[in-house]
Amino acid sequence: MDIENLGFDTINLGHGSGGELTRKLLDNIIFKTFSNPYLDQKHDGSIVKFEGEIAASTDSFVITPIFFKGGNIGELAVYGTVNDVAMCGAIPKYLSLAFIVEEGLKVEEFIKIVTSIKKAADESGVLIITGDTKVVEKGKGDKIFINTTGFGEVHPKANISVQNIKAGDKILVNGFIAQHGMAIMSEREGLEFESDLESDSTNLNFLVEELLDNFGDKIKLFRDPTRGGLGTVLHEIATDISKGVFIKEALIPVEKQVAAACEMLGLDPMYVANEGVFLVVVDSSIEAEVLKLMKNHTKGKNSAIIGEFTNEHPNKVVMESLIGGKRIVSPLVGEQLPRIC
Amino acid sequence: MKYLSEYRNLEATKKYLDEIHKITTSVWNIMEICGGQTHSLVKNGILELLPEKVRMIHGPGCPVCVTPLHLIDKAIELLEQGIIVCSFGDMIRVPGSKKSLLEAKANGGDLRILYSPIEAVSIAKQNPDKEVVFFAVGFETTAPANALSVLHAEKEGITNYSILTSHVLVPPAMEAILDDELCTIDAFLGAGHVCAIMGMKEYYPLVEKYKIPIVVTGFEPLDLVQGIYMAVKQLEEGNYELENQYARVVKEEGNIPAIKVIHQVFEIGNREWRGIGEIPNSGYVIKEAYKKYDAEVKFNISNIKVLENSACIAGEILRGIKKPYQCSQFAKVCKPSNPLGAPMVSSEGACAAYYHFSNNLID
Repeated sequence: MDIENLGFDTINLGHGSGGELTRKLLDNIIFKTFSNPYLDQKHDGSIVKFEGEIAASTDSFVITPIFFKGGNIGELAVYGTVNDVAMCGAIPKYLSLAFIVEEGLKVEEFIKIVTSIKKAADESGVLIITGDTKVVEKGKGDKIFINTTGFGEVHPKANISVQNIKAGDKILVNGFIAQHGMAIMSEREGLEFESDLESDSTNLNFLVEELLDNFGDKIKLFRDPTRGGLGTVLHEIATDISKGVFIKEALIPVEKQVAAACEMLGLDPMYVANEGVFLVVVDSSIEAEVLKLMKNHTKGKNSAIIGEFTNEHPNKVVMESLIGGKRIVSPLVGEQLPRIC
Repeated sequence: MKYLSEYRNLEATKKYLDEIHKITTSVWNIMEICGGQTHSLVKNGILELLPEKVRMIHGPGCPVCVTPLHLIDKAIELLEQGIIVCSFGDMIRVPGSKKSLLEAKANGGDLRILYSPIEAVSIAKQNPDKEVVFFAVGFETTAPANALSVLHAEKEGITNYSILTSHVLVPPAMEAILDDELCTIDAFLGAGHVCAIMGMKEYYPLVEKYKIPIVVTGFEPLDLVQGIYMAVKQLEEGNYELENQYARVVKEEGNIPAIKVIHQVFEIGNREWRGIGEIPNSGYVIKEAYKKYDAEVKFNISNIKVLENSACIAGEILRGIKKPYQCSQFAKVCKPSNPLGAPMVSSEGACAAYYHFSNNLID
């Protein structure tokens, strides 16, 4: 995209007015980037066809900073929603895309975001079929907010529900936890520390699809522990079905740098946000095969079985510590905060 | 991280636990001073791995917990006056008499969460038209950095920076606890990081006066079980000595440059402890020469007085008289999402430790 020919280098209120400037922004950036038969109709919405049941999920992205190591708000907005649709046991197909831009955002930054949205959508195999762009006054937003809604076709073999979980079912994760949250933390104002930590933001839909192709309804649940982290999500599931969760600290994959950063900042990786991580609950009869499949997939090289569901201690997540003691893992309250000493 | 994994090693920890079981014949009450130690004990499940006769009593070493209520109200007052208030993270959710700093932020206050007071000086430099206050709380561990921030501001001629301070000291608190007639403590685990700054020498007189073992101890599981082992061994043998389990960090003389910085800016004075009351000579106050960096003087807020929530038994918790689960409000009315007092919200508070990690909550 040639910024010089656009005639503007920052986005202002006029770009959200619906008039000529809006058209210019849409034609030169949005439609040009995302061109596809649905969007090219330039209608108020799009009509699409689905074969079976539809899964839908929506999410808003307000992350700061908008560019970070390993990604930016744009690809996050795609992967986040694609993954949420996938967690329903569905194959994501289409996305809506809505921007709320704070006036003053550099067009260059906007294009960078739009370009990575396109790349992430292509990688995930989804099309952008409708969208919206609004501009708000300076101080009324934080550079850019993005909302995406995803639509997917439920996998014919999927039967995903917390209610299917029984005692003895195993819990697996597809890799290192806490990476995204710590990468963002390392770039937050006032907390900058040098590290090579990168967000693990990525699409998980193809690994999910492969798991469903192979194991069907023996897969009980997918869940991506984004905000609140693994600890909060496990607690949610346990209380939803009045069962206990038993996990072992030694089995939970935490990358060395992430562990060191958490240690330094006084944060618990169990509560740090993830993006490219999901947990799978499976029947114990297939745990080894599932682990093997996941480890052989690019999005699951560091997969691990971390624990299981139990009829003991209902509604509680109990973790065996590295030294063999036991503690409960309670849900996160508020935000994890830096400590005094 | 090898350095950490070695101190979280199952076999090594188990070896000391076995030894503790072997040598324990009587009931011993051991107080760990520091809230960081309390959390590690509970989080790693160490309490239940100890013999029943070895009872850990949780001490007052949680800086957030002992910061007086009126000081939080003062910080909020500063925020509401349009002053930029900078704070460590765990201070901001602690309830003041009406609200917390976090709630004051939601109402439009410019609150910044920092890891170091030096960053607050930079903020003051970047905002010359605004006043910037650092909420300088803590034990001897945070005093050097807070003092250094004042010296930095002075050196750079920054006049819009000051600190709202409530610095407390460990040895006077230990003495106050030992002088309490309800005290049942047989030995202390000294706070490792406080001693890393101050050294060991302040503790010899306590050992002699009260004939009580003190073992300066670290924070990892192996540190704690080794420290407990050393304390139990002394008790079983009828000894009372000052020992250093945390020698990899704590030197006899402490950190001399850090102590020097503290003494340049602060002097010993009376301090109020939340839940305990005023203890003579138990904290640092800003020296006369640096009074212009004292936010209480600068902004005339020293007359704010408030009363504690009477349902909260933080005082008894902090003195080790009661355990969190012995409080009628614990986990019922008082939760991290609705804390009645500071020990439920601070990352080092005993109530928060029990609420988040304890097996007492496993049905």
